[in-house]
Amino acid sequence: MADIVLDKVSKSFPDGTVAVQDVDLEIADGEFVILVGPSGCGKSTTLNMIAGLEDISSGELRIAGQRVNDKAPRDRDIAMVFQSYALYPNMTVRENMAFPLRLAKLDKETINRKVDEAAKVLELTSLLDRKPANLSGGQRQRVAMGRAIVRQPKAFLMDEPLSNLDAKLRVQMRTVVSRLQKQLGTTTVYVTHDQTEAMTLGDRVVIMRGGAVQQVGPPQELYDHPRNLFVAGFIGSPSMNFLHAAVQDGGLHTALGEVPLGDRVRRELESADAPRELILGIRPEHFEDAELVDDDTRRRGMEFEAPVDIVESMGSDKYVYFTVEGEKASAAELEELAADAGAADFAGAGGNLVTRLSAESTVAEGQTRRVWFNLEKIHLFDPGTGRNLTLHEGRAAGALAD
Amino acid sequence: MAVETTTRAKLRWGLLDVLVVVFALIPVLWIASLSFKTPATLTDGNFIPREWTLDNYKTIFDTDQFVRALINSIGIALIATLIAVVLGAMAAYAISRLDFPGKKLLVGVSLLIAMFPQVSLVSPLFEIERQLKIFDTWPGLILPYITFALPLAIYTLSAFFKQIPWDLEKAAKMDGATQGQAFRRVIAPLAAPGLFTTAILVFIFCWNDFLFAITLTSTERARTVPVALSFFTGESQFEDPTGAICAAAVVITVPIILFVLFFQRRIVSGLTSGAVKG
Ligand SMILES: Nc1ncnc2c1ncn2[C@@H]1O[C@H](COP(=O)(O)OP(=O)(O)OP(=O)(O)O)[C@@H](O)[C@H]1O
Ligand SMILES: [Mg+2]
Repeated sequence: MADIVLDKVSKSFPDGTVAVQDVDLEIADGEFVILVGPSGCGKSTTLNMIAGLEDISSGELRIAGQRVNDKAPRDRDIAMVFQSYALYPNMTVRENMAFPLRLAKLDKETINRKVDEAAKVLELTSLLDRKPANLSGGQRQRVAMGRAIVRQPKAFLMDEPLSNLDAKLRVQMRTVVSRLQKQLGTTTVYVTHDQTEAMTLGDRVVIMRGGAVQQVGPPQELYDHPRNLFVAGFIGSPSMNFLHAAVQDGGLHTALGEVPLGDRVRRELESADAPRELILGIRPEHFEDAELVDDDTRRRGMEFEAPVDIVESMGSDKYVYFTVEGEKASAAELEELAADAGAADFAGAGGNLVTRLSAESTVAEGQTRRVWFNLEKIHLFDPGTGRNLTLHEGRAAGALAD
Repeated sequence: MAVETTTRAKLRWGLLDVLVVVFALIPVLWIASLSFKTPATLTDGNFIPREWTLDNYKTIFDTDQFVRALINSIGIALIATLIAVVLGAMAAYAISRLDFPGKKLLVGVSLLIAMFPQVSLVSPLFEIERQLKIFDTWPGLILPYITFALPLAIYTLSAFFKQIPWDLEKAAKMDGATQGQAFRRVIAPLAAPGLFTTAILVFIFCWNDFLFAITLTSTERARTVPVALSFFTGESQFEDPTGAICAAAVVITVPIILFVLFFQRRIVSGLTSGAVKG
């Protein structure tokens, strides 16, 4: 059990690639922290530096208060689960799990007892004499976890441990990992590029982009109060809608109509170097069929009309896709997000609006429909820096805040 | 219909295989047959000897010459193989695992050695070895054998090492192994088929060499079997040594066959399966 502190940790490779840049992170004892971000953002590199598999170029890494920059992996007392599982193919499941204990020179009885215990927790008891080649993907994954937990290390590191499993098994293993971590209470750093895993598993989520930390916080906080455009677009599925917005006479001209601005945002936009164009972000669930909105709610938002493209009924609610005219939102972050998610998943910046309406809505494909959206839940981003202008002391306050 | 074509295809391939095997094996069998013939029937042209005899074998094992050469051959080939495989394994491991300056150059140079015509090195080697006083000794042959076997060993072994997932080594380190323990307990067992394959290839190369053996030896001290065979005479100068030479030729193929059979059982494919997914 230990806390892990990264103090301005950076990594540059011999070929000049800067994979990780000035990462500051304090992971409390027993905490479950998720590193998430698009491919190549430096998640694995960060994890490998904590593990000791990569040298730290600059900065300091402390585990349980002790500087460990120059310690070999074996002296850090940390266990790691690899994406590839990395089971020793020439050893049986029992030998695989016993390997770290044998290296630690424990006596045979203790080893057997510990392996049996871990096998029981992971339901591997009947598989102990098999070789990894004769196991299913999920079983291999559990053996890899077993090898990590047998020796009760100070911390677990996991690098996309579930990404090789099929969708159903992944959901199952997700709960296994979560339960195991709660049960053992061991500090865990978990890398994933799957934002659902990030939202559901961790106590805190660290969002990385291009080697730098974008935002750290509990999942709900990142969802509700994204610090910048990248975080806003990365967290949430379906992702946030982004629209181009031109600043005009104290309001915003957007494809959804003229959006009024509260005093606070207006003050922000008065300075000389303030952007003349913004990106307006709004999540699908902050739309509603205008017919279903009561007057009290109506006042907090505004309405627009648009043709309905597709209706997907989920039972509990409906995903409705609208086509909206007007200039597209464009920013480096949005392109990066679209590239990472694949164009299909990231409709965010296109001429398409994704909304989540009540199941009672009678909306049908081909209609033109009146839709209400909540102005208090709007985010406004500076396309140049990506900064969230509606954020005040870490809380998003919408467009109308005074 | 599909079945018909496959059986016909099988037949065709089978026939072709038999043809190739026969083509390759007939000279060998012919030599084996000659080694069992008496001097009188040696030239009768029969594939199966009319009169069987073991005299030829008795002759070669009676002559000190052959036994001594056999010992030289086995000793020199085994020592050269052992050293070449150990050195080759270390070099190949470094090449496949580490990024160090001059890596490409090292690989290129070792390839160059393999391509270098050996015959052009024979006279300089002869001079060098005489100066160093290792001419006509075991080390005098072991050294050039290692030199020429190493590129081969490095090449085959680095191909094998590259197949072993990096992650296994990292996992071993995380599990508390030192670099040495990771190599010995995780990597080496998985590289075993590669080590054995390389050992076979190197051993055969050393065992069959004639060029170095004939130029770098002058007496029975270090003369190997292929050379000894060429010096074979009969009991007297006028006796035809064909039968004895054939017997010796059969005898020297036996160690190779044993060596290959022994190691082949260890060359199990798919040793790394199950280590990593996909
Ligand atoms: N040995 C290396 N030499 C040079 N650059 C490297 C090396 N290893 C990684 N990189 C670079 O460092 C960056 C971060 O890599 P890293 O493996 O940490 O990404 P990641 O966030 O884990 O991505 P993924 O989700 O694809 O696993 C990438 O741009 C990568 O190309
Ligand atoms: Mg990675």
